[in-house]
Amino acid sequence: MSARSLFIPLTLFLVLGFLIGPFLIIVAASFSGGETLAFPPQGFSLRWILKVFTVESFRASFGMSMFLAIGGTAAALMLGIPASYALSRYKLPGAEIVRTVVSAPIIVPGIIVGLALLRYIVVPFQVGITPALFLAHTALVLPYAVRVVSASLDNLRSDIEEAAVLLGSSRLGAFFRVVMPNIRGGILSAFILGFVTSFNQVPVSLFLSGPGVRTLPIDMIAYMEIVFDPSVAALSSLLAFLSIGIVFAAERFLGFSRYV
Amino acid sequence: MSDAPYLSLEKLTLAYGDTVAVANLDLPIRKGELVALLGPSGCGKTTTMRAIAGLLPVKSGHVRLDGADITRVPANKRAVGLVFQSYALFPHLSVYENVAFGLKLKGMRGTGLDAKVRSGLTSVGLSSFANRKPAELSGGQQQRVALARSMVMEPKVLLLDEPLSNLDARLRLEMRTELQRVQKETGVTMIFVTHDQAEALALADRIVVMKNGKIEQIGSPEDIYNRPTSSFVADFVGFENIFPIEQGKMKTSSGLIDLSGPAPSAAGLAWRPRMVTLGSGPFRGTVRGTSFAGDSREYLLDTPFGPIKAEVEASQPAHALGSDLSFDLPAEKAAPLSRFA
Repeated sequence: MSARSLFIPLTLFLVLGFLIGPFLIIVAASFSGGETLAFPPQGFSLRWILKVFTVESFRASFGMSMFLAIGGTAAALMLGIPASYALSRYKLPGAEIVRTVVSAPIIVPGIIVGLALLRYIVVPFQVGITPALFLAHTALVLPYAVRVVSASLDNLRSDIEEAAVLLGSSRLGAFFRVVMPNIRGGILSAFILGFVTSFNQVPVSLFLSGPGVRTLPIDMIAYMEIVFDPSVAALSSLLAFLSIGIVFAAERFLGFSRYV
Repeated sequence: MSDAPYLSLEKLTLAYGDTVAVANLDLPIRKGELVALLGPSGCGKTTTMRAIAGLLPVKSGHVRLDGADITRVPANKRAVGLVFQSYALFPHLSVYENVAFGLKLKGMRGTGLDAKVRSGLTSVGLSSFANRKPAELSGGQQQRVALARSMVMEPKVLLLDEPLSNLDARLRLEMRTELQRVQKETGVTMIFVTHDQAEALALADRIVVMKNGKIEQIGSPEDIYNRPTSSFVADFVGFENIFPIEQGKMKTSSGLIDLSGPAPSAAGLAWRPRMVTLGSGPFRGTVRGTSFAGDSREYLLDTPFGPIKAEVEASQPAHALGSDLSFDLPAEKAAPLSRFA
């Protein structure tokens, strides 16, 4: 084989290795039998995986992260579905501005969003830690909700709503009877995307977490500063497999990639 | 069928924002009539239909139906059905559920509902398709589902938006027969919108030709086809040689021309290509184009007063391109136009 024909497979291999390598190292490290986070792992054991479930703070912060991911995404959808509907069905003045503002949290770095929320909302208005995190996660998920739901609304004919009205339905009834069932896939996709985005969020949560209230990623950073054992690797692996499982199921049953 | 109007539009003005789409329209329609709103795109026919359905607010004027003023009655309380051009079937529901949709909203349940849906599907020949989804049906079948969905509601008026335009030639004939049958069996008042004169002529009892938001002419298909009253309608139904008349003479680009026969009193005269006499007459023209259409042959003549289209039976000997022919525009054959615009 010439050097030329080796170039492409070699590049491909290196890029894939770069992308998947760290993940494989973490997974390997979480089955380590040793006392510290290290690679290659020393021996094989499940004890760090089992330890994850016994750490009290992990359980509390996991609960917090689940609450934010589910609650924040649900709140973002409740705001985002009507917003998407208005943006896609009516020619509103300033619709493009609204679209841009709604998408801002995707473009603006999280660290700036976090700092801004802390400095101009949380501190002056004395917002509690949990409400602050909830608001922040809702805002961060909103752009995904609007984008994904808009995409499925744009693919749906609007005359079916008029048809429903002429058959005796109210305007609002038509939305629930013929629009919602047809964008269900888009809404579920937006929910999954929002859930994963919120669950993996670090920079904004870092600013807004406080005494006793932390999200799971922040708690993992805090844990590692004190204890350098493989349980963080074990937890990371568990979370990664959870995410992969959710996205795989979504793709399998909903055709997730059509909407994102 | 009584003579009193069942549906009447009175001084109806419709607008999108500040743009007036339909101005001061008066149109009485009798019960059980099959009326076509015919016109080019942008003439206001669809706008008028949407106003009858209640999908477009009325700027001024009234819509009366069956003795009641429904101008401000919301679309979902009007008992007006609409078959959309795109059919607008609910993609997530089966054919059966599509037809049952409106009946369920009326509160129908159980065997009464089932019987009604089944008979609706049977009447359009789709009873064996009840469990299919709309995406699994052909265009013609989807349209029949849309028709059944509207008809089971027993609407006072059924509106149809370009009902034949999305169908191929064979299905057009089938659907045309179907619509006429439904109309005959149920006696429902039907109004359909079309830009295709052949569709309007074939299907309607009465044709309303519209232009720029106004009614240009109302008449039976025979009236519209044979006796257009304006140059616009004449052009729309295939009179291709149209000239204004001034002082009893035909006004052309090369001055006023005397016509054979008595001086016409109309504002204009219109001839279909086959009304033009070719081979004899006082005028001369050069063959600029010719096309063979099976039964007949069409000629495009260059004449001192512009291009003239003539059509003769194909059994006549053909004239070659460039040949010089005499022809006549016989005034007694022409359709007299009272308005020339």
